[in-house]
Amino acid sequence: MSMIKALSALAAMFLIAACSNNDTQTASAATTTVTPGSVGDFRQNVGDRVFFDTDSSTVREDGRQTLNRQAEWLKKYGNYQITIEGHCDERGTREYNLALGERRANAARQYLIAQGIPAARLKTVSYGKERPDPVGSDEAAWARNRRAVTALE
Amino acid sequence: MMLPRRTTLLGGAALATLGVAGTARAQLTIDMTRPSFEPVPIAIVDFKGDAVGAQMAGVIRNNLQNCGLFRVIPSSAYIQKDVDATSPPRFQDWRSVGAAGLVVGQVTSVGGSIKVDFRLWDVVTSQQATGLSFTSQPSNWRRLAHIISDAIYKRVTGEEGYFDTRVAYVSETGPGNNRTKRIAIMDQDGANNRYLTDGKTIALTPRFSPTLQEIVYMAYGENNGPPRVYLQNVDSGRRELLGNFPGMSFAPRFSPDGTKVVMSIAENGRTNIYEMDVRGRQLRRLTNSPAIDTSPCFSADGSQIVFNSDRGGAQQLYVMSAGGGGERRISFGDGRYATPVWSPRGDFIAFTKIGSGGFGIGVMRSDGSGERMLASGFLVEGPTWAPNGRVLMFFRQQPSSGGRAGSASLHQIDITGRFERQVPTPTDASDPAWSPLIPQ
Repeated sequence: MSMIKALSALAAMFLIAACSNNDTQTASAATTTVTPGSVGDFRQNVGDRVFFDTDSSTVREDGRQTLNRQAEWLKKYGNYQITIEGHCDERGTREYNLALGERRANAARQYLIAQGIPAARLKTVSYGKERPDPVGSDEAAWARNRRAVTALE
Repeated sequence: MMLPRRTTLLGGAALATLGVAGTARAQLTIDMTRPSFEPVPIAIVDFKGDAVGAQMAGVIRNNLQNCGLFRVIPSSAYIQKDVDATSPPRFQDWRSVGAAGLVVGQVTSVGGSIKVDFRLWDVVTSQQATGLSFTSQPSNWRRLAHIISDAIYKRVTGEEGYFDTRVAYVSETGPGNNRTKRIAIMDQDGANNRYLTDGKTIALTPRFSPTLQEIVYMAYGENNGPPRVYLQNVDSGRRELLGNFPGMSFAPRFSPDGTKVVMSIAENGRTNIYEMDVRGRQLRRLTNSPAIDTSPCFSADGSQIVFNSDRGGAQQLYVMSAGGGGERRISFGDGRYATPVWSPRGDFIAFTKIGSGGFGIGVMRSDGSGERMLASGFLVEGPTWAPNGRVLMFFRQQPSSGGRAGSASLHQIDITGRFERQVPTPTDASDPAWSPLIPQ
């Protein structure tokens, strides 16, 4: 009996370790106070990226919600110049992915323009499959890599 | 660089009567297009007369062994230890070790230059198969060894060699999410590696000019600047922007005569193919579709361009007239087709194919028929042709794991798909671009 208890306690410890590992970013972000209107505020409270399906540049419903929040925030803080970076997962050829990334960046840009962000504030660049985030070769990593990231300066 | 002067060595024919072994099975010729053959057994004796002679023989052995068509007999097996470079060898001794061919050479210092004489003996018929003499700067010894390797290859296969060539590629270092990607260049066998870009921004897809001294490639600008196409002299290092176009320009490739560059320009979600006249810098649009048209490549005769496009849904290969128009699809298999590269001989188009199971490198005839896959893997990409159109180089990338980028390496394969070999590079490597033969 005591053996079983000890084992389950051990299992619980592993669970906690696993959770804190996964949530490091969220946890540390939550404890950091970000200045409203800062790049950190944008990344943490608005979300700087939207995701795409395989070989697609159609902005999904979850992406539209993120871009709506971005548009609202960008209207409020009109001093930022914006570069939208298009990215792809690694399962395409280099040159095709440069083009696909441009298409994704452009899709996000057009959406923000439709929400009232002046076109002159919005540049695009594609990194194809050259800048993965996260680095990984599984479905989960690929899904996070098919993205358009709104970068502010 | 002082280029080697070459002379054909005659006189071997007079030695032809020294006994013919008509029963020997091995031959000094090979038809590399046949579905199966035995590699030609060959012995390469250290060249005499100078310490560099042994190094030259080493380079030749390495070239011939690596091309897959030869079996280099180890020197420990040799019976005749001391072979004169000018008089006939003891053919029976070389038949005994199973050699079909024997390479001998002599290096002589002449003033500030070296003179290199080499002969290829046909051990089966006891005749000189070929022989050449070169005079050059001593620092050119590696090139001389490559030129001799090409002469042997040509005599045995009937095809032009490809050893006196260079390969430009993308050197990859650093963490997976922030890789440094710079253009590097090396000899075909991995020697004389050096870097052509500084790595401050990502540089990709180098491609050689048919006139050799120049490459085109794509590089990002500083501070998130968009990708642009650059032209760079590989010897002087002088680099210039090919043109400052709206949007981003990438996927450049020279025309066979070197006067034009085709490339893609992406703007507002559309990627089309353009052609630029290198001298006059006139830009001309060749495709006009809302799709992604990229990876253009001229046919060997310059009359057509093959490219990949997703205009019909998934990526497929299309051919059009060099001036644009007449576009027609040539790939119809399962999966997506990309990076078509026309053989310098004009007979085949090499490509990357993406299927549900992974990536493959294949070849098809230029009308799209006769598709054959040569290599496959988690990620294989970017075929480039050796100048003889009989060998390809491409890159393999392993899956990433634990947040670390999977390693990337260059590989060489012949068009029968029989011999694949990793090409050594000092760092991870991708995007190989094979040069034409270096002018002598």
